Amino acid sequence: MSCACLRGSGRKRAPFIERTVAGLLEVIEQSATADTLARADGLLQKLDPRVKILGTLLLIVAATASRFLWIVAAIFFIAVALAIFSKVPLRLLASRVWLGVLLFTGVIALPSVVLTPGKTAATLPLVHLAVTQQGLRSAAFLISRAETAATLALLLVLCTPWPHVLRALRVLRVPVVFVTILGMAHRYVFLLLRLAGDLLEARRARDIGPMNGAMRRRVATASAGVLLEKSLALSGDVFSAMQSRGFTGEVFLLDDFSLRAADWWALAAFALIGGSALWMGH
Amino acid sequence: MHIPDGYLSPSTCAVMAAGATPFWLIALRRLRALLNARLVPMLSLFSAFSFVIMMFNLPLPGGTTGHAVGMGIGAIVLGPWASILAISVALLIQALFFGDGGITCYGANCFNMAIVGSLGAYWIYRMLAARSDLTAPRRIAAAALAGYLAINISALCAAIEFGIQPALFHDETGAPLYAPYPLSIAVPAMLIGHLAFAGLAEAVISGGVVAYLQRANPALLRTSAPNAAIGTFAETEPRSGSVWAALRPLWIGLALMMILTPLGLLAAGSAWGEWGVEDFKNPDVREQMTVASHGIAPPAEPPRGLEKLASLWTAPFPDYAPTFLKSAQLGYILSAMMGVGLIIVLCLLIGWIFRLFARGENDPLGSPS
Repeated sequence: MSCACLRGSGRKRAPFIERTVAGLLEVIEQSATADTLARADGLLQKLDPRVKILGTLLLIVAATASRFLWIVAAIFFIAVALAIFSKVPLRLLASRVWLGVLLFTGVIALPSVVLTPGKTAATLPLVHLAVTQQGLRSAAFLISRAETAATLALLLVLCTPWPHVLRALRVLRVPVVFVTILGMAHRYVFLLLRLAGDLLEARRARDIGPMNGAMRRRVATASAGVLLEKSLALSGDVFSAMQSRGFTGEVFLLDDFSLRAADWWALAAFALIGGSALWMGH
Repeated sequence: MHIPDGYLSPSTCAVMAAGATPFWLIALRRLRALLNARLVPMLSLFSAFSFVIMMFNLPLPGGTTGHAVGMGIGAIVLGPWASILAISVALLIQALFFGDGGITCYGANCFNMAIVGSLGAYWIYRMLAARSDLTAPRRIAAAALAGYLAINISALCAAIEFGIQPALFHDETGAPLYAPYPLSIAVPAMLIGHLAFAGLAEAVISGGVVAYLQRANPALLRTSAPNAAIGTFAETEPRSGSVWAALRPLWIGLALMMILTPLGLLAAGSAWGEWGVEDFKNPDVREQMTVASHGIAPPAEPPRGLEKLASLWTAPFPDYAPTFLKSAQLGYILSAMMGVGLIIVLCLLIGWIFRLFARGENDPLGSPS
């Protein structure tokens, strides 16, 4: 794979084309991982997608609404337990969610420990800044909520094939046109990702000398322009293909899910946990 | 810019989603009437394009790189309503599939980026481009500025949403439950990053794609300029060695500002909060401080911390008045020249360092293909 070669070049800082191609490839890799995990024989994989969407959403809302840190922590551990029973490697969650969220939200939350007014908990040496109890609590809320919600969201996607997520969105009363657009957009994202990768690699293959900043910007924006033209042209082709198959603008989705006993039990468990967390956390 | 879960309270998220819903419905209704059966494939493809364009690593002036949202180019090529829906779909894929932006904050993210961003970019672009030809260079500048301003307006919306959280949602001890910073911190913190970096990425992609389409397919610019003539495309290759000449108006403006700096002498009193240790001991200045502080007298002694830190650094030109010059006006002008000169030297130095790093990146023979 050419993209893999680019990644393995061993250079400290890859040029912008290679970095973009590497980023595009990473998305495709993440999607492949999600597809594999969604077919695994785990707890969440066996559940009806509608139950998973409602349950996950309920737990995310409960974690976001709670005024008590222990409730957020409890929901986080439930999410970790769900990941273990669903055969989702914790290393994957750590690399894709926990570390990233900790770094991003941690950087944002860190100044709040000294900027939030309140009762002094400690004084930082050298700079003599007071760390407040309220600041620490606020930072803990922000980080724990972000970690818990992101873990649950990723679990949902890793344990549910994308077409099932889309069809299950209908239970949330998302308009059918929107769901169809979402489904088609997701399908064509991967085509355009490959197209963009090919475009940039083809451009790079013709480089015979270093580019200055203005030239690099022209290459990037011209590639985006070509991609835009191709996307719009492709939409015309897709429309013609749809029309030739009898599409008139009306969208129908097959909703062939049926709830089994295990799904009802899972729904009851999600409702009990989420409802209790909402009630106690309020 | 993508607000994750946990940063906004559930009630704020609900309000933002409720605020976004009418725009989605209007957009859907308008586009259905306009596109009919074409709606689904066109929006799907453009949503996919928006998603991919958010992943582009754009080289920015100064040597850094950044990611754009694509709100400017979306609004210009498709019009604001299609752009609202396309970016909303791209944001949903990002939130659900890649965890970029929270699920509960989806309404807020769409409101900020898809709705405010698209509408803002569209109107700014139309206003700035006016009736110029489709291939006029003015449209490139208008697109770049529209993208730049639109993402900053979006960032301001996000900053306001963050900034109101601590006042509205805190526990009994006063600890903020969501985004912890008040408006006074959230707004500058968000805007500095977007004015300096994210705005540039949006400007580069908007201006750059419009410049490309002017050469390759000007008809695609027709949606946001229905009555504009195509015009003749003038190749605007930068002439070598003309960088300084191109910046001539900027240099003239800068020189004029330097000449006008003594105008500061006309202002009476001292700037509020810019007091020195000596000012606290001078009865006249103390009176000015009291008047400027709405009748609140300054402390009798200078603050201890101020006194301690004031001796750390002595400025070579204190109060813009070099000791070797008797004329206050000349002192101001000389200080301005020194200040501007130092900034230019610093910028050249930073540019040189970036070029030094960039040189390693651009060696095409150094990496395997």
